[in-house]
Amino acid sequence: YSSLELSRSVFTSHPVPANRANGDKYSVLLPTYNERENLPLIVWLLVKYFGESGYNYEIIVIDDGSPDGTQEVAEQLQKIYGDDKILLRPRANKLGLGTAYIHGMKHATGNFVIIMDADLSHHVIYIFIFFFLSRKQKEGDYDLVSGTRYLGSGGVYGWDLPFLFISPSFSRGANFLTQVLLRPGASDLTGSFRLYKKKVLESLVERCVSKGYVFQMEMIVRARQLNYTVGEVPISFVDRVYGESKLGGNEIVSFVKGLLTLFATT
Amino acid sequence: MTKLLQWLFGVSLLGAVWALVAFDLLELSLPRTYREVAWPMPLYLLVSFGCYSLATVGYRVATFNDCDEAARELQEQIKEAKEDLRKKGLKM
Repeated sequence: YSSLELSRSVFTSHPVPANRANGDKYSVLLPTYNERENLPLIVWLLVKYFGESGYNYEIIVIDDGSPDGTQEVAEQLQKIYGDDKILLRPRANKLGLGTAYIHGMKHATGNFVIIMDADLSHHVIYIFIFFFLSRKQKEGDYDLVSGTRYLGSGGVYGWDLPFLFISPSFSRGANFLTQVLLRPGASDLTGSFRLYKKKVLESLVERCVSKGYVFQMEMIVRARQLNYTVGEVPISFVDRVYGESKLGGNEIVSFVKGLLTLFATT
Repeated sequence: MTKLLQWLFGVSLLGAVWALVAFDLLELSLPRTYREVAWPMPLYLLVSFGCYSLATVGYRVATFNDCDEAARELQEQIKEAKEDLRKKGLKM
């Protein structure tokens, strides 16, 4: 089976979940920068899936002063869906992911926190498997559930020519190097589609000092160090930013630097 | 212990054993074949690891999933979302 099919079946077959009575609430943190076009779409998808599933949720939009008007769009969405469901916690400047999570979490009223990309690279329906794994069941109750592109049916869409060979090679090569050096016990460290128990996210974020996607790596490494349980769900990552090369020399250098830093300090 | 320290420890240990055997440091008078086999070991292991890495990464690149289904589903949902948001009064 693919986890996409599993997600769908979990989503459609599960009636209003029993945990609604337990007061579980899911806060979705959406750090945004210049996502004027994608933000309404991701919010619509979240509202649709959460709404139909009966889970209690809120969406927290953390916009870093986007010059393209993302904040105005977020305000419109708030009018449409209600300010109990869409919370706006903007910041003046582009201040980085770690601080965005800290900032967003201060206002999160859920006991579970979902982090994901606001640019539609993450398919919302996977969160239902994340929920599955995070609930207190025999095989679940994970402190952290991470969406992985490198296991099972996980993968990436959108790496057409000329990236056909280059991007997957870099991606897999970098992941291999990471596995050899860090032996992290998780297959995808740079992924940013995750579900955390709120207490766990709080304790991790204050310990992590890296920036950007090295921050995502550090979160999982520290989680393992603190003996938190990490569940994995194969997900599809839809890379919609075709023409832009995300593999500049800078990216590679900063990845290697980050990896070596984690190697030497954890 | 950090990963770096683990590696340094492991490499030192193996290095010591290798030097011991390859250069007969304790003057154990091991048979010549031991020394002849031990001497190029580090190079052999490095090369083997290099081949293993290439093969593993190559295999993983070749079998990397394309996720067409997820992408198609996303496209359809985007259309639906735009329609619905327009109805609800969103100005894009």
